[in-house]
Amino acid sequence: MVDTAKKKEKPPVVESLLAPGHRACAGCGEALAARLIMDAAGSNTIVATTTGCLEVFSTPYPESAWKVAWIHSLFENSSAVAAGIEVGLRALGREAGINIIAQGGDGATADIGIGCLSGMFERGHNILYICYDNEAYMNTGVQRSGLTPFDSHTSTSPSGSVSWGNPTEKKPLPQIAAAHGIPYVAVATAGYPVDLQNKVKRALSIKGPKYLQVHVPCPLGWAHKPEDTIEIGRLAVLTGLYPIYEMENGEVTKVRKLGKKRLPVEAYLKPQGRFRHLFAKPEGKEEIKRIQKIADGNIERFGLV
Amino acid sequence: MKRIMEGSMAVAEAVKVCRPHVIAAYPITPQTHIVENLAQMVANGELKSEFVNVESEFGAASVVLGASAVGARTFSASSSQGLLLMGEVLFNIAGMRLPVVLACANRSVSAPINIWNDHQDAAALRDAGIIQFFAEDNQELHDLMIQAYRVAEDPEISLPCIVNLDGFILTHGFEPVEVCDQKLVDEFLPPYKPLNYLDVKNPMTFGALFEPTWYQETRYRIQETMEEAKPLIEGVSKDFEKTFGRFSGGLLEKYRMEDAESVFISMGSVVGTIKDAVDELRKGGEKAGVLKVRVFRPFPTEAIVEALSGVKNVVVMEKMISLGAGGILASEIKQAFYRNPQAPKVDNFIFGLGGRDIPLESIVEAYEKTKKQDNRDVFVDLRKEALEVDY
Repeated sequence: MVDTAKKKEKPPVVESLLAPGHRACAGCGEALAARLIMDAAGSNTIVATTTGCLEVFSTPYPESAWKVAWIHSLFENSSAVAAGIEVGLRALGREAGINIIAQGGDGATADIGIGCLSGMFERGHNILYICYDNEAYMNTGVQRSGLTPFDSHTSTSPSGSVSWGNPTEKKPLPQIAAAHGIPYVAVATAGYPVDLQNKVKRALSIKGPKYLQVHVPCPLGWAHKPEDTIEIGRLAVLTGLYPIYEMENGEVTKVRKLGKKRLPVEAYLKPQGRFRHLFAKPEGKEEIKRIQKIADGNIERFGLV
Repeated sequence: MKRIMEGSMAVAEAVKVCRPHVIAAYPITPQTHIVENLAQMVANGELKSEFVNVESEFGAASVVLGASAVGARTFSASSSQGLLLMGEVLFNIAGMRLPVVLACANRSVSAPINIWNDHQDAAALRDAGIIQFFAEDNQELHDLMIQAYRVAEDPEISLPCIVNLDGFILTHGFEPVEVCDQKLVDEFLPPYKPLNYLDVKNPMTFGALFEPTWYQETRYRIQETMEEAKPLIEGVSKDFEKTFGRFSGGLLEKYRMEDAESVFISMGSVVGTIKDAVDELRKGGEKAGVLKVRVFRPFPTEAIVEALSGVKNVVVMEKMISLGAGGILASEIKQAFYRNPQAPKVDNFIFGLGGRDIPLESIVEAYEKTKKQDNRDVFVDLRKEALEVDY
């Protein structure tokens, strides 16, 4: 331990647009990603956020962690609220140089809010939509969403004597976004912060609707150690389970290659309590093989090795 | 100069002269003509608004919410299921104190599906913190739309407004309307100046989490504002009269009430028919009158009690019901007279649901019934054949 009281030099103060002191859990991947994204976007940004952890931990009135203009309306409408902000600013002649970001969790994006999101894409609004993908409804206590991975244990897709957990694979939301013909789609992770910030900057340099899906490990919901957030994020990429890439005008333009760093899926599954049941019974091996197949499919599809 | 137009155009012409920055729209019968007319005005370059064709009424309400939060003047319209789908957002708009103005082409609520008029859709939003006007005819409708913006955007109020117009009866009914002059509207309705808005130069947090230590006071303050809105609405009506030379507003309208002993109370276009019924009853020597409720929220409790001073019988005729409780307007009027020793006898009738025609004779018949017995939640003109069918 360093005795900071005796230290003469104060550590440098890093000003961030998502201030510290909010109420996120220790090791929250979403809080980390949100801070990185805001700092990449800069202060000329208006943000619309859905209901969820991000809103709850950052804005307990009269406190707010947001140093950008920020609005939260409902669970399923940040994309439509942002659309209103965009057209409103244009009608008022105040749109020049302003970034508009709509954001929400995976449930808000892939499930309850997909109608509004599709409308935002289709109408061509100049908005960057960010999906913080922690792969379940964490704010309400870890229920499954359309982006919960196969065989993950959640409180509404529990593992049990006749269940291996969530029976479905992740909804291919980046592809659904790209199918709208929008100019930029990207997938990133809190595990690679520089890559994440570069994607935010790239997205904001392009006019029109953009979609960025960010994998954000959740120590509480995934049952991993808070200090492992970055590592878990990287393992998802290195096993091929969460490929990170960019698409411009419908074509994949950039992928993060794994090369010799490629790992078997067990390396990602084992440190997480949500996959513990797969290792508790011998039959779990067959399930892990099925998950390996999903990773193999991603690796082939995106040419990751 | 008056022009013959349907109610939908009377709304569109009013919205046009109010110069909204953003209009978000989704089609639903019988509302659709309103936004079709506005879309054409934008297409013709007569109206400089951002017109956003959204994917649902939920999206429409969310778009005007976002636009209002940056300080834009906004408009949307809906009916029935569409208004209900907007419902979650409309509660949110009221809670965020955003002065969004909407028109509701009143239509029944499914199931069974029915596209015709009653007031059940508006009733479903009565507790949301939204100011609600009801128009009797197309001229009043046109004038109320313009007044609604003044009321909503008043810094002392800052609440959303819905102007209700009866589906088909007004939306598709043609009447002569004096369209308000743009220059006069610009005088009457200054540009919207929000107290707070989303701005990168002065970043603020909108829509924060309010814990139990803070939430209840937000409801108290909306209730308080609703009370303050009553005199303000009266004042705006008087200002409107000064500017346009026509009184078309206020919380209530009295018809032949000078010496009235029995008074009908109702809302919307059917008031016209009830006025005719009163004329008939007066010819027969009855001392009848009509009290029109023009503003449903805030509910004009005090004004109603005052207007009914000395009245012996009240006959409430309404196109909505709280299923399991009874007539909504009736219960609110009875509540207004609670512990008042001068309280009149209140009879109430439910009628015209799902577009059921309301002949003048049925109104007179209801009136006659009130002389013979007490009438509580009596459905007018129930069809025996329809009651006997198993569906």
